[in-house]
Amino acid sequence: MPLTSEFLPYQSGRNVAGPAKVSARGVNVFYGDKQALKAVDLDIGTNEVTALIGPSGCGKSTFLRCLNRMNDLIEGARVTGTITLDRQDIYDRALDVVQLRARVGMVFQKPNPFPKSIYDNVAYGPRIHGLAQTAAEFDEIVEGSLQRAGLFDEVKDRLDEPGTGLSGGQQQRLCIARAIAVSPEVILMDEPCSALDPIATAKVEELIDELRENFTIVIVTHSMQQAARVSQRTAFFHLGELVEVGDTEQIFTNPRHKLTQGYITGRFG
Amino acid sequence: MTEMVEQMRISAVAEKVEARLRKRYGVERRFRLYGVAAIAVALTFLAVLLFSVLSQGVSAFRQNEVRLAISFDPAVIDPDGRRDHAILANADYAALIRQALLAHFPDADDRTGRRELSRLMSQGAELELRKLVLSDPSVIGTRRELWLPVTAAVDQLAKGHISRAAEQGGQFSERELARFDVLVAQGLLQPRFNKWLFTQGDSRQPEMAGLLGAIVGSFYALVVTLALSFPLGVATAVYLEEFAGTNRWTDLVEVNINNLAAVPSIVFGLLGLEIFLNLFGLPRSAPFVGGLCLTLVSLPTIIIAARVSLKAVPPWIREAAVGLGASRLQVVSHHVLPLAMPGILTGTIIGMARAVGESAPLLMIGMVAFIVDVPATPMDPATALPVQIYLWAASPERAFIERTSAAILVLLCFLAAMNAAAIYLRKRFERRW
Repeated sequence: MPLTSEFLPYQSGRNVAGPAKVSARGVNVFYGDKQALKAVDLDIGTNEVTALIGPSGCGKSTFLRCLNRMNDLIEGARVTGTITLDRQDIYDRALDVVQLRARVGMVFQKPNPFPKSIYDNVAYGPRIHGLAQTAAEFDEIVEGSLQRAGLFDEVKDRLDEPGTGLSGGQQQRLCIARAIAVSPEVILMDEPCSALDPIATAKVEELIDELRENFTIVIVTHSMQQAARVSQRTAFFHLGELVEVGDTEQIFTNPRHKLTQGYITGRFG
Repeated sequence: MTEMVEQMRISAVAEKVEARLRKRYGVERRFRLYGVAAIAVALTFLAVLLFSVLSQGVSAFRQNEVRLAISFDPAVIDPDGRRDHAILANADYAALIRQALLAHFPDADDRTGRRELSRLMSQGAELELRKLVLSDPSVIGTRRELWLPVTAAVDQLAKGHISRAAEQGGQFSERELARFDVLVAQGLLQPRFNKWLFTQGDSRQPEMAGLLGAIVGSFYALVVTLALSFPLGVATAVYLEEFAGTNRWTDLVEVNINNLAAVPSIVFGLLGLEIFLNLFGLPRSAPFVGGLCLTLVSLPTIIIAARVSLKAVPPWIREAAVGLGASRLQVVSHHVLPLAMPGILTGTIIGMARAVGESAPLLMIGMVAFIVDVPATPMDPATALPVQIYLWAASPERAFIERTSAAILVLLCFLAAMNAAAIYLRKRFERRW
């Protein structure tokens, strides 16, 4: 089914309850001449998990990386439209991008701990942002973050060993601990489980559910089961456009758009 | 029937596959063979080089000396008995040596005999005595058994490098040869470790010529090169790799840096001559200026090596740090640079090794002069090891042939040590995951 640029996404079910944490309006992203995102409007609610789904190359990761301006790193990438975090434009010149990334943390597809000790991995963020001064304060943050990431009991005896020596699932939870150590408000997760085995995936998903209490989470995933399991709201992207957004249950049980229907029933994607 | 056809078809396919497989293994075997052959050729050349240098140079590490009983006669050294430094320094030490030799060969006490005896011992022997007396005047009036160096000609005779017979270029008379044989037979003339090679600067007398001046000159030049080219090279590489975007200017800079790496080093020498000596008025022959020129030589190598190492740092390290809110400088200094350091250090040491072996730019700035004194500071005139090799190779004396090879050996040792350091540093830093 051809999509036009005037196309408006279907809203399934309720809107975001209360004021949106992150709000995107008319977001276009260009990589050179190629347009990767077309006029995306999307609200992300506080303390809930929003899943971005869609076939490869649909722009979901691109959208995610707009939210903490990681696209700035890509040469030739250009973002238009507005994205606000607590009603503040994050592409505003006056906004400090370093500060933004402290408020919007990120977990990547491939577990990417620094080649440093487990302790230093978690302590790095607080250190560069000056969140702790004394060794005791650092210890507290590191322990607290590892505990919230459900990793502390597994690594408490070897905090000075390299983070790269952990198993894949542990590494990913270490990366989550590292991200939450700077107390962000939003955590972006770019296919965080695609490199993990099912058991490690289950642990990370459990963790995401727990983290929801304190953080707003946006997760990109290829697995529709995962989106169904962990998210409250789901947004379906196709060819750079936001096709449908709504309650996860609604999207998976009663999609309103034919493309969404086709995707979640596995007819394409 | 159809079964048979099917069977034949399968066996035909198997045959084809087998033939192809044999061919593939053959190609692999040949490829391995080519590799082994290439390495063998390279090793042969290396062996030939090392053998020729070693076989010629090893003898230079030993110098023949004569054991003489020297009486430090106060009447000759210090007739006034005042122990005045100037008088001690200018005393006739040759006379002491002559007396000691005459005690061995009383028959030589005539004009020819004395001249012949003076041709036996090196001037270095006098300098040794002088040094001894000046450092410890209490030896005056005593008698000491000392090993003193013979002249280069006698040394070469003892080593069998020059012929005894006059018709084959021998420089010695029958009487001299007879005395020489007596000394050898009595065990008074023996090859001993050539300490002058490592404690003296250059000299016209081969037996007194040493590498210390060149080694110190090379060392100073290297320190200057390292101190300038490492920070400059790393800073350039970091800026180009991490901060500068790709535009026409950075492309231009990159092309030029790559071109500079291929510029013949003599060009840098000419540049140094024009800029450092003529324009800035820096002293000629100084290792400091040599170091500046060698900085120009090694800088492109270091920049290219550093850029490659920085590029090799996986991008997800940068992403992880940026995602946590690290600034660009923090990303580089906390993560990228430490991870690239082993590669950068290796590249730097390879650049330094190239600089150590470089002679052409040093020729242009006058580090090719005949300099006896060991330089005390980087601003004093000096030579460098490769230039010293060049100077000695151009000297006609037989004794300089072996010293040239010895100098090459010393230079090779320095290069081997630097490469070992490069490997050690790489291993050492890589252990930090």
